[in-house]
Amino acid sequence: MNVVVCVKQIPDPAAPQSLEAGTHNLDRSGKLILDEADTYGVEMALQLVDKAGAGEVTVVSMGSSSDLSGIRNALAMGAAKAIVVSDAGLRGTDALGTAKVLAAAIKRVNPDLVLAATESSDGYTGTTPVQVAELLGLPSITFAKSVTIDGSTVKVDRQTEAGYDEVSSPLPAVVTVTAGVVEPRYASFKGIMAAKSKPVEELTIADLGLDGQVGPAGARQEIVSVEAAEARQAGEIVVDEGDGAERIVTFLDSIKVL
Amino acid sequence: MALSNIWVVVEPANGQLTTTSLELLTHARTFGASVSAITWGGSGASLAAQAGEYGATTLYDAGDLAGGLPGAPVAAAIAGLVASAGAPDAILIPTSYDGRDIAGRLSARLDRPVLTNVTGLTDEGGLQTEHPVFGGTLNVKARFTSDGPGIIVVRAKSFAAEPSGGAAASVSSIAAGDLGATGTAKIVTSHVEERTGPKLEEAAVVVSGGRGLGEAGSYSLIESIAKLLNGAAGASRAIVDAGWVPYSHQVGQTGKTVKPTVYIACGISGATQHMVGMKGSKNIVAINKDPDAPIFQIADLGIVGDVHKVLPALISALEGRG
Repeated sequence: MNVVVCVKQIPDPAAPQSLEAGTHNLDRSGKLILDEADTYGVEMALQLVDKAGAGEVTVVSMGSSSDLSGIRNALAMGAAKAIVVSDAGLRGTDALGTAKVLAAAIKRVNPDLVLAATESSDGYTGTTPVQVAELLGLPSITFAKSVTIDGSTVKVDRQTEAGYDEVSSPLPAVVTVTAGVVEPRYASFKGIMAAKSKPVEELTIADLGLDGQVGPAGARQEIVSVEAAEARQAGEIVVDEGDGAERIVTFLDSIKVL
Repeated sequence: MALSNIWVVVEPANGQLTTTSLELLTHARTFGASVSAITWGGSGASLAAQAGEYGATTLYDAGDLAGGLPGAPVAAAIAGLVASAGAPDAILIPTSYDGRDIAGRLSARLDRPVLTNVTGLTDEGGLQTEHPVFGGTLNVKARFTSDGPGIIVVRAKSFAAEPSGGAAASVSSIAAGDLGATGTAKIVTSHVEERTGPKLEEAAVVVSGGRGLGEAGSYSLIESIAKLLNGAAGASRAIVDAGWVPYSHQVGQTGKTVKPTVYIACGISGATQHMVGMKGSKNIVAINKDPDAPIFQIADLGIVGDVHKVLPALISALEGRG
């Protein structure tokens, strides 16, 4: 069983974030880390391959940076190899362009299953995995809270507004996983050392035959303006001295909720 | 150039259109364009009155999906309609599980871009979208630079739903055609998780719990306070992901958007992902032991303290008032 996991290196969400002047692209000049949302897909893939008893996990990523420490992190968790499409011309690529790049890279592996997070923790577009599925002509199941493989079928509990659905699909398929699907392992020292020598194939836009279709030219959408949102003023912040509950009751009274 | 044609994807649920669908129809008709709605399930005739009441003149029905997930078949049916009827100026889609699937599939099929997490939409000689970023601290305005149709995925509660008193929409069937492998994901069984009290999106009071509760068992404190205030119990993504409470309780970017009279955040630090879903609340009360928690920056009343002390005291105080 061969599984591809789509992963993304993002600016550390704990650090202050900003948009670049002029392009309005997210500033990615600082250190990039593996999106935590992707660690669940990596873990799920490792467990499914373990259970199948054969095959390997490949991580596929797109970015404009040569910093690969986030990718090494996925390899340290146990992925066998990585394909990274890294090209300065990818700055400003939109979700569909990203999907075209990932789909072209995934085709080289021809996996039984493609896993991804439901959305990245920087852009939050949330459509890329399904766009990849459409471009590859595959079925997709989004928002998985559990994933099992039964022969050539993938079975997923998919979150819904009302609860969840049991959904099944023949393989190959694209599945997006929520953060609750499995508990990601920490990379061991041995894993971190092994990751240094695992193969990372670096590709350019031209290698994939996508010249002119991605990057800002292919984006076909632009940011018109960026403005500070109307700031919500912080109110009264007090340290609880045993009177916290009382203060809340008084506040609720004042806004006539009680 | 004036907008002439807008399509709105409207989602059926329990024999009605979802509230977000009605919000999108309402807003679509403000542009003076012809508004058509697109649904699925084969019960278009029973939804036609409601679609018309909110402004759609035509309701296209992609039919019974035979257990298939809506993403692929509905996107294919819409793409077919674009091919036969011509492209509209824009296709508006509600932010929901199935809405996002439809948007992604349609974008790839039509080779057209998609803008998501939209909370505002205006006509500036072409449609302009608004997106809150960085936890709602910045508002980004964007537009498409290519030929239509632009695909726009709009968050719940971005607009008010108001009926126009229009006549029932005329119903027209559309078909997905051959989907190949893309149509093979099927729903085997649906599970509905019961909940009591007012709905999260409609409650005047929302009491939410986060990781600061420490353990799943402490969520009962949140439920007790919600019940005492006749409100709804919500949750941060962290504790939903941890499996403490079902997803239907989640407030935030990937959960529900709420705008209650008062939002009481208990043990929630205020991650970007959470703030986007509750920042529009009229009043915000936060209880957190970390004085630097971002949630305090938007709280009208912030209590720096231990939820395990403050919440039981609050329950006693509220019970005391009967």
